[in-house]
Amino acid sequence: MGSDFLLQALVYMGAAILCVPLAKKLGMGSVLGYLVAGILIGPFVLGFIGSEGDDIMHFAEFGVVMLLFLIGLDLTPSRLWELRKTILGTGMSQFLVTMILVSTIAYFIGMNWQASLAIGMSLAMSSTAIVLQSLKETNQLNTVAGRNSFSVLLFQDIAVVPILAILPLLAFSPVEYTNGDEASILEWMPGWLQALSVLGIIAAVLVLGRFVVPHFLKFVARTGIRELFTAAALLLVVGIAFLMTLVSLSPAMGTFVAGVILANSSFRHELETDLEPFKGLLLGLFFMAVGASINFNLFVENPMSILGLTIGIVILKAIILLVIGKVMKLPADQNLIMSLGLAQVGEFAFVTLTFTGQLRIISPDETGLLMAVIATTMVATPLLILINEKFILPRLNKSKDDERVADSIDEKNKIIIAGFSGFGSTVGRFLRANGVEATILDNDADRVELLRKMGFKVYFGDVTRYDLLHSAGAADADILISAIDDHPTNIKLIETARKHFPNLELMIRAKNRYDAYELMNLDIKEIYREGIDVSLRMGVQVMKKLGYRSYTMHRSALKFMKYDEQSMHELYKVRHDENKYISASRKQIALQEDILSNDTNQKPNLSDHAWDSEELKKNTE
Amino acid sequence: MRTILILFAHPRFEHSVVNRALVDMATGIPNVTLHDLYEQYPDYEIDIHLEQELLLAHQVVIWHHPFYWYSCPPLLKQWIDVVLEYNWAYGTKGTHLSGKYIFNAITTGGALSAYQKEGRNHYTVNELLAPFEQTAALCMMEYLPPFAVQGTHRITETELQDQATAYKKLLTYISNEKNDLEVLKENTFLNDFLIKTPQHGQ
Repeated sequence: MGSDFLLQALVYMGAAILCVPLAKKLGMGSVLGYLVAGILIGPFVLGFIGSEGDDIMHFAEFGVVMLLFLIGLDLTPSRLWELRKTILGTGMSQFLVTMILVSTIAYFIGMNWQASLAIGMSLAMSSTAIVLQSLKETNQLNTVAGRNSFSVLLFQDIAVVPILAILPLLAFSPVEYTNGDEASILEWMPGWLQALSVLGIIAAVLVLGRFVVPHFLKFVARTGIRELFTAAALLLVVGIAFLMTLVSLSPAMGTFVAGVILANSSFRHELETDLEPFKGLLLGLFFMAVGASINFNLFVENPMSILGLTIGIVILKAIILLVIGKVMKLPADQNLIMSLGLAQVGEFAFVTLTFTGQLRIISPDETGLLMAVIATTMVATPLLILINEKFILPRLNKSKDDERVADSIDEKNKIIIAGFSGFGSTVGRFLRANGVEATILDNDADRVELLRKMGFKVYFGDVTRYDLLHSAGAADADILISAIDDHPTNIKLIETARKHFPNLELMIRAKNRYDAYELMNLDIKEIYREGIDVSLRMGVQVMKKLGYRSYTMHRSALKFMKYDEQSMHELYKVRHDENKYISASRKQIALQEDILSNDTNQKPNLSDHAWDSEELKKNTE
Repeated sequence: MRTILILFAHPRFEHSVVNRALVDMATGIPNVTLHDLYEQYPDYEIDIHLEQELLLAHQVVIWHHPFYWYSCPPLLKQWIDVVLEYNWAYGTKGTHLSGKYIFNAITTGGALSAYQKEGRNHYTVNELLAPFEQTAALCMMEYLPPFAVQGTHRITETELQDQATAYKKLLTYISNEKNDLEVLKENTFLNDFLIKTPQHGQ
């Protein structure tokens, strides 16, 4: 058993690691790479894996659940509310029109109306996993096409609930509703109680997400044990998915709602960071399972009908979407991206078709054929997207390039501030006073909480990690300010930023001269030694109290700061030679003393002769 | 080629339309150094040594500024105070600037008619610039008449473009070593000279 598991893991991961980079290199998305990997290791090519594909599929569907949670995290409730028009407009019309048309066609080629309706509902679905993953990978989630695609998928996910309820009603013989996988606790309840329980669970998710989860996460974060936070994030997703299956709701929907509720929380980035790899791997597994499940025997038996059906369905779905897009006044290029992207049949059709098969609404042969067709449409999608991007779109918008680029820019801040203690918060407040918003990262859960109460956008996380910087938009930002006082953290942050985001200009806080030297070693140009300005301001006030003129002392302080900076650079050059360093250091201090005592004691002016009439007087004598 | 140093002083440059147009024209002309004083010295701590080096490296100097309260903005006055040191710029040993040409390039909100004996401001721009003229004289510099864009509160886009082009022509004229600068002294405004000689030597 143990070695079996290891062998399987070896096969899956090996195939993925071989195929995905290859697909990427060829300019295709990771989705196609995973699908091809699945086909290769599947029973019809290499035969490494066989019948267990179905189980893997169930496990891997959890990747879709996580994907929806992460997408929810990116969408605040207010943004979701802005999407309501596209969800109801584009989303609902896509589903209804496709369902009606497909059902009608199925009916006219000789199926009874029950089977036609079941097929219509199944084929109207598109693949959330494939489409959203591709959009995310190409940074198109925030474009017009991205928003509309997302709305369509979201509406479909909502529609799953009534579909599962309607399907049993279509069965010829009153077959018992036995859904082995999803044991619903509601079966024995009367109808009104069932409805009430469903509402109750949804309300529970809302309340938990809003009031309990943030405290829970804060509590876990305070322990300072990283893997515990990862476990908590996973627990959150698994828990919600479990609650949802209890009442036969779509777990993907449930986690999506939870994600939206947590989108405003300070733990958003940290949750994203922790769940992202799990989501990626599970989705990959899911795509491989789809690839492996394609029954190539059916292809050999009647290739024409499978190919014909696949092409027919894709064209029909694409045309329906194109027309809807046109009605909704989408720009032509965005409309194409959306329509071709959503033209496949989604993974959810596997579930509904298996279900319809169990209910004997359609025959096993027909089910097998449809399954093969669905999988083929999914494999075709990345190819379609590729053809669209490489050949159709370039022709379409040669003249409209600028518009499209502007559209796809995400609203991200140009400045990132790492560390939001007193030092960083002053920088942030000053920027904000001048109308510049910064993305703020901090790793102190208590402080994050407090600052958020005061109305700042602060995110919790370890700033030296690539993924947190990435999700904070480091790739699009201009300046990274480190206001962190811990020197080793700063060094790590610099290394990460330099390696992955060479676009960033680094402005770094240094605790003292010696930290500053190390930063100079790393060729950091913008170094800010803390305290120097404040100490000098204090010095100026002391001198004033001793009776010196304010403006003279002010100029003296500015001069002093400049000399101090210069002396630091000179000292830096000789700092490796210890003896030299000590003597040079003494020299520098002496030099500074000279400057100040000459300026203040000899003549209460500075070394220049501004407003100084002494020499003029001397010459007139 | 003559080298030109523009000492530009505007405390709120980002809101200035006219000076933006003039400065844009001045940048990119070879041998013209545009020195933005408010950008360089926001804390008024002028680097005297650097400024003196700059003066030595140029043959023609322009005080380019808006004409606030019949004078220059405070940082330019501070510049005059601290950079033109005794025994460097003036005084018995102060001969470093001798023979260099200098003039004011200014913008005024009021029109030319306001700067007349009968006008609202009672004095002409040239009269009001006397302190700058005398500063130049004390440093043994050759003071030229001002280049002035007047009536900026009501200036039209075409007028502004004409003036900006005139500024560019003037700088190009000056930078050519073959062109005589003494003839410039005969004008009330350097703007007039450009009108009189539409085809100047390059």
